[in-house]
Amino acid sequence: MAPTDPISQFNIYTLFSFGTVGADENGANGFELVFTNSALFMVASVVLISSYLILSTRGRGLVPSRVQLVSEIMYEFIANMVRTSAGNEGMAFFPLVFSLFAFIFVANMLGMYPYFFAVTSQIIITAALALLVMGVVIFYGVWKHGFGFLKLFVPSGIPLPIMFIVVPIEVLSFLSRPLSLSLRLFGNILAGHIVLKVFAGFVVSLSALGALGMVGSVLPFVMAVALTGLKLLVSALQAYVFAILTSIYLNDAIHPGH
Amino acid sequence: MEPEAARYIGAGIATIGMGGAGIGMGMIFGNFLSAAIRNPAAASSQFSNLIFGFAVTEALGIFSLVIAFMILFT
Repeated sequence: MAPTDPISQFNIYTLFSFGTVGADENGANGFELVFTNSALFMVASVVLISSYLILSTRGRGLVPSRVQLVSEIMYEFIANMVRTSAGNEGMAFFPLVFSLFAFIFVANMLGMYPYFFAVTSQIIITAALALLVMGVVIFYGVWKHGFGFLKLFVPSGIPLPIMFIVVPIEVLSFLSRPLSLSLRLFGNILAGHIVLKVFAGFVVSLSALGALGMVGSVLPFVMAVALTGLKLLVSALQAYVFAILTSIYLNDAIHPGH
Repeated sequence: MEPEAARYIGAGIATIGMGGAGIGMGMIFGNFLSAAIRNPAAASSQFSNLIFGFAVTEALGIFSLVIAFMILFT
């Protein structure tokens, strides 16, 4: 029987081990390379979305088939978003934004399937994605503008005394971006899965109480179904939010002056 | 008081912060809706701004939720 506490669904366990690498002659200081369930679902997400996009656009029909249309809608949706929030120069980063969106979307949706592992409920995954985005923003901003990138922290058209207040706030808000970007995705997916599991647990524990409990367990069951619908919306929305925030931050790197 | 009990109470108190995020999100969507009804033609062009405001507000609520999880599970 599967464990019923709400947090054990996020356990990472080893599926198979590649053995220890990097150990010295005493066999110490090495680390074990393992393939975990988290890695399995990350690979599954990448394989799923890549094969779908490759196979559906293989025909390159002038009149798109149904599967090709889904890929084209996805492309147009993200391309429009990048163009409106980061400008035409931002389209250089379209592959990054599209990959992030597609990966997070498919990983979230895979995680919604019962007994499947939600990759984005691990803070290390979302933090890695957020740090990748911030790394690209800082690297591109400094490479393109040099010290001009610091104009990001100095809004134009503000009297000098207020600058002493505004600049620290701008710096603080920039520093909190990777934190909020990673915690938002992580917190949403984690909280959603825990709430879903808690309501599903109510069904089990109520129906164990006898006939009256079984009748009463209809209520949490209906709630669990409704929450699944809400979670599907949140999963799609968080992927979109991550993509739109990425393109807004990239816009800052491309045009640092306010 | 038992330390374990204090931990659960603390986690409960930490989630109060989500109420503020709830108020903020209600204001965002309410104001968007009232503006969208007055000028429906301009509504769709402001959708990304809506989502941006929603995301930034929501992050603050998620912070308090994460604090609650940290109290509970670490």
